[in-house]
Amino acid sequence: MDSKSSACSSPNPNPTLGPSKLMLAFRFLRALSLVRRTTPASSRTCRGRRIERAAYASMAYTAGASRAWSRAVLRRLHHRARRRAVAPRRLSTTAGNRAEALRRLVPGGGGMDYCTLLEETADYIKCLSMQVELMQGIVDSASSYGP
Amino acid sequence: IGPPSPCPLPSLPSPTLGSPIKREQKRIREAAVAIKIMSGSGRRITDEEINELVSKLQSLLPESRRRNTGRASASKLLKETCSYIKSLHREVDGLSDRLSGLMATMDSNSPQADIIRSLLRS
Repeated sequence: MDSKSSACSSPNPNPTLGPSKLMLAFRFLRALSLVRRTTPASSRTCRGRRIERAAYASMAYTAGASRAWSRAVLRRLHHRARRRAVAPRRLSTTAGNRAEALRRLVPGGGGMDYCTLLEETADYIKCLSMQVELMQGIVDSASSYGP
Repeated sequence: IGPPSPCPLPSLPSPTLGSPIKREQKRIREAAVAIKIMSGSGRRITDEEINELVSKLQSLLPESRRRNTGRASASKLLKETCSYIKSLHREVDGLSDRLSGLMATMDSNSPQADIIRSLLRS
């Protein structure tokens, strides 16, 4: 993670494409080309699901291991490969059930204290909207490309 | 999809793009760190500190949703945040489907470099 930390610590006075946006773009585009190479051309929905998983994986890898939500996303993605059944998560009683709905939406939200949950939610929203922005940009440029 | 291998970033022209999200993210991080430092083993987190984190969340909502909440209670804000996250999940779902369709029609020679370049220009 050395290259990432040096990119983040350098001062960035100009509002440009941040290092994490760029990393996200590279990761996601690389994943997209992999999906295209490995998925049969006929299965549109299967390809769609793989693209969706690539989106969450790119998000999580770019956010890094320091975030509880990104670790939870990667856990979920890797376990999915082994078994289909999702074990029901027990809501930790010490964490409390405040903001129950939010805990279900934010990955890894069940085992956090309220303060951490709010912080993780903020980061998750930031990364999610970055991912959506990226995908919309790709769709826009891919739609205008061609005859 | 395995863990990505490190790759050196090529130098690309940097367009001007606002990133208020990054500043907000920094402020949120600082607030949370301050709260964690202050909350020792016996100290409870005060409502004010929670409210500050919640208002930072409000600042992350898009304009239209922020108008809905205004000076709302924390629980209304959290509900709006939940609704926003759900809509973002739906967008990822929909965009994945669109990308899948576009992929099928894209020419096999379509250079992804062009797409990257146009992305960075916007």
